[in-house]
Amino acid sequence: MSTTTPDYTVRTSYTDDLETMKAAHRVLLEVPFTPSEPERGYNMRSLYVDLTTLTVKEKQVTPQMKDLFVGGRGFGLWYLWNATTPTTRWNDPENEIVIAPGPIAGITQYPGTGKSLVVSISPLTDIPIDCNVGGYYGPLLKFCGFDAIEIQGKADREVVIVVDGPRGVIRIEEAPLEPPDSHVLSEIFTHMYATGPEDYRNVSVVSAGKGSDHSYIGCLNFSWWDPKRKAARLKQAGRGGVGTVFRDKRLKALVVRGPVIKADLNHVADRARIQKVGSVINKEIHDLDAQQCNMRRQGTAHLVEVMDAYDLLPVKNFQYGNHPDTKNIASWVWDKRFTQGIPDGCWYGCTMSCSKGADGHVVKTGPYKGDVVTVDGPEYENAAGLAANCGIFDPDWLLESNFYCDTYGVDTISYGTLCAFVMECWQRGILNAERTGGLDLTWGNAEAQMEMLHQMARGEGFGVIAGKGIRQMKRIFAENGWGDPKLMNDIGMEVKGLEYSQYQSKESLAQQGGYALTNKGPQHDEAWLIFMDMVNKHLPTFEDKAEALHYFPLFRTWFGLNGLCKLPWNDIEPANNAEQPEPAKVPEHVHNYCEIASGVTGIEVTKEKIIEQSEKVYNFQRVFNLRRGYGKREHDWPPYRSVGPVTVEEYESRAERYDKQMREEIGVDPEGRTTEEKIAITRKYREDRYAKLCDAVYKRRGWTTDGVPTVETLKKLGIDLPELVELVKQHGG
Amino acid sequence: MDPKPGAPGAEADRGTRLVVNGDPLDWFEGMTVRDVLRAKNYVFKLIIVTVNGALVPRGSYDEAPVPAGADVKVVHLISGG
Repeated sequence: MSTTTPDYTVRTSYTDDLETMKAAHRVLLEVPFTPSEPERGYNMRSLYVDLTTLTVKEKQVTPQMKDLFVGGRGFGLWYLWNATTPTTRWNDPENEIVIAPGPIAGITQYPGTGKSLVVSISPLTDIPIDCNVGGYYGPLLKFCGFDAIEIQGKADREVVIVVDGPRGVIRIEEAPLEPPDSHVLSEIFTHMYATGPEDYRNVSVVSAGKGSDHSYIGCLNFSWWDPKRKAARLKQAGRGGVGTVFRDKRLKALVVRGPVIKADLNHVADRARIQKVGSVINKEIHDLDAQQCNMRRQGTAHLVEVMDAYDLLPVKNFQYGNHPDTKNIASWVWDKRFTQGIPDGCWYGCTMSCSKGADGHVVKTGPYKGDVVTVDGPEYENAAGLAANCGIFDPDWLLESNFYCDTYGVDTISYGTLCAFVMECWQRGILNAERTGGLDLTWGNAEAQMEMLHQMARGEGFGVIAGKGIRQMKRIFAENGWGDPKLMNDIGMEVKGLEYSQYQSKESLAQQGGYALTNKGPQHDEAWLIFMDMVNKHLPTFEDKAEALHYFPLFRTWFGLNGLCKLPWNDIEPANNAEQPEPAKVPEHVHNYCEIASGVTGIEVTKEKIIEQSEKVYNFQRVFNLRRGYGKREHDWPPYRSVGPVTVEEYESRAERYDKQMREEIGVDPEGRTTEEKIAITRKYREDRYAKLCDAVYKRRGWTTDGVPTVETLKKLGIDLPELVELVKQHGG
Repeated sequence: MDPKPGAPGAEADRGTRLVVNGDPLDWFEGMTVRDVLRAKNYVFKLIIVTVNGALVPRGSYDEAPVPAGADVKVVHLISGG
């Protein structure tokens, strides 16, 4: 790795053939519309596009939708519910991709307020997935006049949907020539649809990539123009294969061209109220970030060595929690490698500015070998998943895998976790060179990790099997007689079909639930409770853990209803936070959110109302899962690797810890017992505790012991719509 | 530099302890909050430290004394994601 900072303006350009590509476009549909700007956060209309029939129409956002679902993820789930049936598959035409930013999204006076929520039926899980993503698409769509875009059907050729607000036109164009990979496509379409360099920042592109064509782990890249670098930067709607659905619809891209951003395009109810709390948090970030998380220099990569120190960094498929070579991918490496001093906010006005970029990466492999690119990241999840979890502790290879995952439209989290899984399968003889077509998946083999990714993008070889995700791989390997299904179930880190994100949960029962009791699958954006539980020991009882697994998932759901980023909530902390009651909730920032929500909408939002709003949507999503044949206790059961030690070497690597638990908590003397016996005793104890946790959580959430929301709960929340009530009744709710 | 009396590697005061987040820890004469954090490998920066219920300001961990038998709480907040 170079020790000098590269020139951040130097990178390979992909616009040489732009005119040829543009000339090949053919307008399939052009529909005029009346642009508008939101009033108090809402336009009260959304945009519906059917790619099969090439139709576009406007839909009214009803007061009931606002009341029950707020916006963002709530709107996405509601539209998806109405568009699909219980048997709709991810690749059926009626499956939708819904993108909705939420009412607060687009303000510029408070950090982290430009998020879009993406909802679809996932190819990995067969249930709704929701992703929270930065970039400008959602806010610009709102400022054109739409609270959401709902895309159904399938095109019969490669198309781009263009929403041009200033011109008041929606077009569906055939786009045959552009390569689908996101770092190329975002640059080309930004140049193609902007009126000139001053307009680049008013254009945002949503795209996937070749990896989304041939895998179930496709992600979407949302672009934002970085005027300093003069580059289209990318943020990812990563989880659950939304990019796969996108490419299956033969969508090459979505493009929005919005008006010039101004401070009050949301036309909020009380701007001064928002500015007041905004100025306070912006000062906090300015004054305190360097002493706290250093997000402005390192982004979430600051967590790499922290997780390692607490034995929480996943190493070699979550077998271990730290590694001596973590220093090679730690924050101090990225502090030097990221270009500093550039506003890296993925939305206007975000002073946290944590979308860090590594400039000047010379691509080593694949179709872009030799190109000079800016890598968006790595964030913590990428460093932990693509590197540590695969035994690869080389920053240059991490940049390479990060770059290709993004541009191919492949979810870095799922790819990292499934790479770790196949590497462990190699270690244990489940896979070998004959079965992988020659890929040597030894721990730490970065070149093999890259080649598997390139295969995925080309639709070739073992990469295609890997791209189906861990759940399908376990089935395929078992059907081929390659390994013990029980072992593969234990070490395959997925729940509900979604790969785990990158935290060790073995020593935190609350976090085991924080992952496995999620609606969409094991993503840390619902609840991250490891420190509260494992280190602080603030959650000693099942009821304490259940309370945390009630509050935090609901509080964090609310960000997704409103178009907010979670990071300014608790990656910066007021100077007096320690003196507050319940500092882990960061009460002052909760107050800020009440202020900005009230200030935008004119509807008074209290901390209690935050939970109430989220609880409606959260329970609705649980019932949605139920409607699709999931959403019950059996679907909340984690792989044992996330609960305790599966193998002898795992147990023995932390024998003191496990023996202590056996002696002090289980009441069994480990002396004289074989490791296999101790593994079995520990497993029974830990799995029993997980079952008791489920009981406590379901009770706290107002669900049956089988995890079904009761009719009383639906009534209490005001979501007792007849079809929901009928559904839960059928399942004992 | 010689280790502080009672620090790891030294001989004195091995039997005296304190409690950190409910777990026992060996105490030594002159022990500070920073020593506790180092002994526990608590490297995370978003923490709140109390010693016998009294809040220790974040800037004074290097000097803040920890008496023998103290009840130390090191509350880690949440970050990341």
